[in-house]
Amino acid sequence: MSTVRDWAAPNPVTENRSGLIGKSVDRYEGRLKVTGTAPYAFEVETPSQPLYGHIVSATIARGRITSIDVSQAAAAPGVVLAWSHLNVPTQAQRGAKLNPRSQRGSNPTLASDRVEHYGQSVAFILADTPENARAAGGLVRVAYAAEDADLDFLSSLDLAGPAPGEEDARVGDFEAGYSASEVTVDDTWFSPLQNHAQMEPCATTAWWEGDKVVVHTSIQMVKGGQHALAETLGIPSDRVRLFTRYIGGGFGGKGQSYDDLTLAALAARESGQPVRVAYTRQQMFQATIHRPAVQMRVRLGADRTGRLNAMALEAVTHCARNAPFVEHAANFARNLYAAPHRLTGHRLVRLDIPHAGAMRAPGEAPGMLSLECAMDELAETLGLDPIELRIRNEPEVDPDNAKPFSVRQLVRCMREGAQQFGWDRRNPTPGAVRDGRWYVGMGMATAIRGNFLLPAKAGLRLTGDGLATLTQGMTDIGTGTYTILAQITGETLGLPLDQVRVELGDSDMPPAPGSGGQFGAATAGSAAFETGMVMRRRLAELAAGDPRSPLYGEDPTLMDFANGNIVLGNRSESLAALAARAGPDGVYVEGGISPAADARDWSQHTYGAQFAEVGVDSVTGEVRLRRMFGVFAAGRILNAKLAKSQITGGMIWGVGAALTESNAVDPRYGSFLHQDLGGYLAPVHADIVNLDAVLLDEADDKANPMGIKGVGELGICGAGAAIANAVYNACGVRLRDYPLTPDKVMAALEAKGL
Amino acid sequence: MLTTIRVNGVDRAVEVDPRTSLLDFLRERVGLKGTKKGCDHGQCGACTVLVNGVRINACLSLAVMHDGDEVLTVEGLADGEALHPVQQAFLSEDAFQCGYCTPGQICSTVGLLAEVAAGQPSEVTADLAGPVTLSDAEIRERMSGNICRCSAYPQILAAVRRAAGAAA
Repeated sequence: MSTVRDWAAPNPVTENRSGLIGKSVDRYEGRLKVTGTAPYAFEVETPSQPLYGHIVSATIARGRITSIDVSQAAAAPGVVLAWSHLNVPTQAQRGAKLNPRSQRGSNPTLASDRVEHYGQSVAFILADTPENARAAGGLVRVAYAAEDADLDFLSSLDLAGPAPGEEDARVGDFEAGYSASEVTVDDTWFSPLQNHAQMEPCATTAWWEGDKVVVHTSIQMVKGGQHALAETLGIPSDRVRLFTRYIGGGFGGKGQSYDDLTLAALAARESGQPVRVAYTRQQMFQATIHRPAVQMRVRLGADRTGRLNAMALEAVTHCARNAPFVEHAANFARNLYAAPHRLTGHRLVRLDIPHAGAMRAPGEAPGMLSLECAMDELAETLGLDPIELRIRNEPEVDPDNAKPFSVRQLVRCMREGAQQFGWDRRNPTPGAVRDGRWYVGMGMATAIRGNFLLPAKAGLRLTGDGLATLTQGMTDIGTGTYTILAQITGETLGLPLDQVRVELGDSDMPPAPGSGGQFGAATAGSAAFETGMVMRRRLAELAAGDPRSPLYGEDPTLMDFANGNIVLGNRSESLAALAARAGPDGVYVEGGISPAADARDWSQHTYGAQFAEVGVDSVTGEVRLRRMFGVFAAGRILNAKLAKSQITGGMIWGVGAALTESNAVDPRYGSFLHQDLGGYLAPVHADIVNLDAVLLDEADDKANPMGIKGVGELGICGAGAAIANAVYNACGVRLRDYPLTPDKVMAALEAKGL
Repeated sequence: MLTTIRVNGVDRAVEVDPRTSLLDFLRERVGLKGTKKGCDHGQCGACTVLVNGVRINACLSLAVMHDGDEVLTVEGLADGEALHPVQQAFLSEDAFQCGYCTPGQICSTVGLLAEVAAGQPSEVTADLAGPVTLSDAEIRERMSGNICRCSAYPQILAAVRRAAGAAA
């Protein structure tokens, strides 16, 4: 097992002699995407004419199907088959594992007469056209015996229990420390249920080749999907070939497979034809996971100089009754600020609603909407600048575990952000700046998000035409994986980018954990780098041992790679020639990365500072973003253009969380009030003005051999809090119930007599 | 019903179900899958195509209504290997991430540039009678029917600007 010391030595990526690392090259698969020729899961070519599936969803929250009649649907034009729980083909018992090492157990669909949430699949139609399938779906007759259901989060808070296997984190004596503090803040924030609303609904195309099923599905994790389907079908996973090459947005919501995958595979087997199944936009809201609502009580106690003496963040969140999930909204606080007396923890309310799960920056995204506003309140109470308050509480070591930081540039992010944003022009008195009918204000917040490295592998082939092809069971959900793997491979082998190919999203390829938790680039990228290093050693040994090579007999450890050649002194040979002599398939190697044995001896995070200026309409209560700016530190940046896209995309998610995004459970049916993009308001173009971000120079030599970290989730962290703080600075009302919609702002302005 | 639609310059005569949307006509009958289905509901803009030069949501329109119409999709923009200036601008500015809304964004941009050139005002145009200036506010307003959940809006703005410059 390697240690971080092994990573400290210079390597081709950190030396970056051809300059590919960090370079703003265009997206590798960009041409396919702008020409509409990148095939997403529903669109892949099938070996013969496909059939179309349509899923029929439950319309109650909890209960039993007392009768279900698919006969009319089965007799409808074009229908090939119609299934309910009464006639669906046999699947393995829920959770069953044929292979104990499977990452996921069986997840059968239409498994019984039980309904556990609105939107659960109750019937499935397969027909010759999408129109016939959907029309027949409307002919399925279902009767339910509904049972009492717990649906409303806020009225069920008394049902909250401990999160399974978790205890509160206590340091010192919070209660004593808090009551002894000279200045205190004690407020409660609410972040509502949110939906991923990926542009591409979950979809699968499936067909069988003998006893093996080929599926193209939209999923962030290759192995998880492959194993879930294999276990559900009760077959070994090597009989499931899963592809996920282009994914129309994931954000955590496609970290698992759904019934479209299972039903497409089953229906293709039963019909003997390829099958396409997609959820409708409306179904997506309840058939897939969501970010749960979170209520957060924050208590801060400080002395008059602003030094925190006590800090508590207590979160209550919800999950589906039989699908435990905890939105860890309090965890980040443990690493962010030091206070001698601390309390952080989570409580869970189990409801009879669709499954809660991970959504972009789970934990931090809602969590920072509370604490970072509480810090703003504390700063105002103390008459301190919010940045100065944070600097006074900047810890020397990680407050959670006393480990040294690998690198923590939080203060620099705040200082550079303040300077570039023009923070000194902020009037600290709320409501002091007017622009016609608009109250204008500025706010800031910090950002923190963890950094992770998981085990991963990759394959690399060099062929006689001089092309290097990297293969990995990894995904690119718009994050830039294809591109950065090409850059890493090119830089490692000294090859220009046009001689590098990247192939992803195939369960037959060396496995990587997929896209999630902003671990993708560091994990998949490090595996690609190590595989490139294996290839270098192999090629050097081939040259040294081959009498036809100009480098024959030389020391392979002294050979270098540049401009498509292997080089020693003034002698060189092209990689293409070496590969051509190695055989018709060239040279193939595999490599991988594992976390260093001592990686956990350091505290590793990504950091940032968010700044926002908003206008609050004094007449309508509408909040409009005027400008937004963030400075972030996230290790060495592999592609400045793509990394910035990730970061600003995250910031815009923060704008949505602060101002527009919200869903709620309809207490009558257990459905969500908003089931489309006209009701669930993700930011649109007109909402986003003058938004920019800067990534600081950084290399985290404790993170991985390349010193890189993730950027996919950092941008959302703290972004909404900066906006909420700007709203307060603009008009002097503290709203703690997200999103800050005009009705709430108006009511608060009126209550203040404004 | 036998319906003939000229798609990207090629007449496509197809026997279609009257319930078939123009979007499913393109994707499932003609095999042009570049036009995306994001919501099938007229709310996301991923299915934006140009019908007789005007951008519409293909999901909100039935194929049979377009007998004899000319439809331009994302597949019809490039000239062989040479990308359309709007496509090139989206690529250069990194105006997309997952790429699923991108064909709709690109078709919408092509439509937008034509509308502005024709002097058609929008909600944010100050002088309804005068020529339209392609301000950032105009671009944001006119592109707001195309949701990008990856939120590449700043880059899309830059791409529309770049494409407008290339067209000028």
